[in-house]
Amino acid sequence: MAEQLITYVDAIRQALLEEMRRDENVFCMGEDIGAFGGAFKITKGLLEEFGEDRVIDSPICENAIIGLAVGASLCGMRPVVEMQFADFVSNGFNQIVNNAATTYYRWRQPVPMVIRLPSGGGLSAGPWHSQNNEAWFFHVPGLKIVAPSTTADAHGLLKSAIRDNNPVLYFENKYLYRREKDALPPEDNIVEIGKARIAREGSDATVVTYASMVQRSLEAAELLEKEGLEIEVIDLRSLLPWDRQSVLASAKKTSRILMVHEATKTGGIGAEIAASIAEEAFEYLDAPLRRVCSHDTPVPYAPPLEEFFMPSTEKIADALRSLCSY
Amino acid sequence: MAAKTTVGVPRETALALYEKMLLTRLFEHRLDLMYKGGDILGGMLLGTGNEAVSVGATSTLSKGDIIAPTHRGIGAHFVKGETPRGMMLQILGRAEGGTRGRDNTQHQGSMELGVIGMISHLGATPTTAAGCALAFKIKKQNNVAMGFTGDGATSLGDFHETLNMASVMKLPFIMIIENNQWAYSTPPSKQYACAKLADRATSYGMPGFTIDGTDVELVYTTVRHAVDRARSGGGPTLIETITMRLRGHSAADGAPYVPKEMLEEWSKKHPVDLHKAKLIERGWLTEAESAALEDRITAEIEEAVEYAKRAPYPEGPTLLEGVYAD
Ligand SMILES: Cc1ncc(C[n+]2csc(CCOP(=O)(O)OP(=O)(O)O)c2C)c(N)n1
Ligand SMILES: [Mg+2]
Repeated sequence: MAEQLITYVDAIRQALLEEMRRDENVFCMGEDIGAFGGAFKITKGLLEEFGEDRVIDSPICENAIIGLAVGASLCGMRPVVEMQFADFVSNGFNQIVNNAATTYYRWRQPVPMVIRLPSGGGLSAGPWHSQNNEAWFFHVPGLKIVAPSTTADAHGLLKSAIRDNNPVLYFENKYLYRREKDALPPEDNIVEIGKARIAREGSDATVVTYASMVQRSLEAAELLEKEGLEIEVIDLRSLLPWDRQSVLASAKKTSRILMVHEATKTGGIGAEIAASIAEEAFEYLDAPLRRVCSHDTPVPYAPPLEEFFMPSTEKIADALRSLCSY
Repeated sequence: MAAKTTVGVPRETALALYEKMLLTRLFEHRLDLMYKGGDILGGMLLGTGNEAVSVGATSTLSKGDIIAPTHRGIGAHFVKGETPRGMMLQILGRAEGGTRGRDNTQHQGSMELGVIGMISHLGATPTTAAGCALAFKIKKQNNVAMGFTGDGATSLGDFHETLNMASVMKLPFIMIIENNQWAYSTPPSKQYACAKLADRATSYGMPGFTIDGTDVELVYTTVRHAVDRARSGGGPTLIETITMRLRGHSAADGAPYVPKEMLEEWSKKHPVDLHKAKLIERGWLTEAESAALEDRITAEIEEAVEYAKRAPYPEGPTLLEGVYAD
């Protein structure tokens, strides 16, 4: 029997389906997610199976969507809310960083909810349909952040996020939506939040990356293999908390670290990881930590600008060459 | 009385309205063809059906007045002085365009023309326009500011906060709602529960009107009244215009959710056709004159297309220019 292949998009829908069937407290809410199935068709078919009480079309009001999700979660529900684009989550900032993130710490009431965030560029979509804004939330204790790069992780991390008793920001990458394809993950595919994945083993240098840049980093590693370099690639999968143990172990093993992400450089996830490695594994390093990230500008529209803006296989390979010859 | 909707709209104004509406319609038609031909990258949103509102409302303004148009407001840009060539350069992401290839669609702004460059986040820039109105008030400058919003965007907190504040401060501000009866796939019944959006004006303590948004002269005279009132210190007004979005939400959206009869019915009320029929009936325009005007505009648009297609994109390394003002 031929193995059934599904896309990253279908893996997200599959996870929603399974969790909604498993737990009647799970419900979805967002703009145009009902009969229309959402801007990216991720919730297509959910309305038919679960009805209007559990697949809710909302007015356009990200602040209230997120705020109502916080309230519903206090009363035993497990909301999964969709931002039409990750870029629009800024409208709900206060509810996320001050309300959802602090509730458990302040008065011991868990806030189990998931915010789904279609993110990422490379699609000529301009400054507000391209953002990777995970770092805005990385600074906030009480939140969890995940960013899958594979079909299996898109599935397993969403299931974990829905079962988690904390507010989880689930960054799904639009570039990967229909490009990533893999076997249909089994229903018990639960990917633990906070655990990285070694996407490729190597001994000469380590790339620490996530989401859309995992594939680019693997491509760079392949190029360098031909040049005799063995590159390890760590797919973080979870950003908050991130897997210190795996990253530090790899740093000690290869002694050369390159951080790669599509989000802009300053104040990004890579900065925190670099600082942690410098603090905890400094004496193991043979070269300064390096970063390949998007430049510190808004996401530009014109193709030559966006190409210059974003990391690429070549930029990653170049950085690895210079890192390895340090 | 035959002259019912022509009160305050002299022949020259009526003809100027027609010219700008026709330009908008023909320009958008050309954009649609270009999108289908692969000339426009990313998304594209058109204002078909909205011409009477964007053109009619903006035409009431004087030099120094400021607008915050929506994503369907190409006509408003034209009234404010943008040229077909400038609009084409911007939409194609060229270096010479308003945002120098940084941003997409009609997101350019110019304080010289009196246009705030919108961000994609619905509801945000009408608030900015109210800020301009505040500056006019403080500086005792005899200008007004006008914000445009869709029906969907009235659900955002920005809408309520802005109208309340504008009313409390008696700002020279006009909010125009372009109620095209759809917000992506969402109909009014899922967006708001009041009978008319203009009813909300009462709660803000300002006058509110709901009018036919396909009648450009009615739009012009109603808005003109509100502008005069604002300019003479009378405070803000809320005006809801009823139209219909005659295309999908974006070029990629086939809009299967729009009932066929509704589209058919409203297509018969295309605002440009309605206005033309009136002008001809009154003897203010002949078919031959209209055809000549159409030829002239088409030639201007073709020149713009030719020019913009040949114009270069910004070069990649210029990405970093212009993040900060000097
Ligand atoms: C804050 C925010 N949320 C979601 C979107 C995505 N979006 C773009 S246009 C649109 C529908 C807008 O409807 P309406 O305000 O009625 O304007 P129309 O498109 O009908 O002119 C949506 C949901 C957005 N741009 N901004
Ligand atoms: Mg609308």
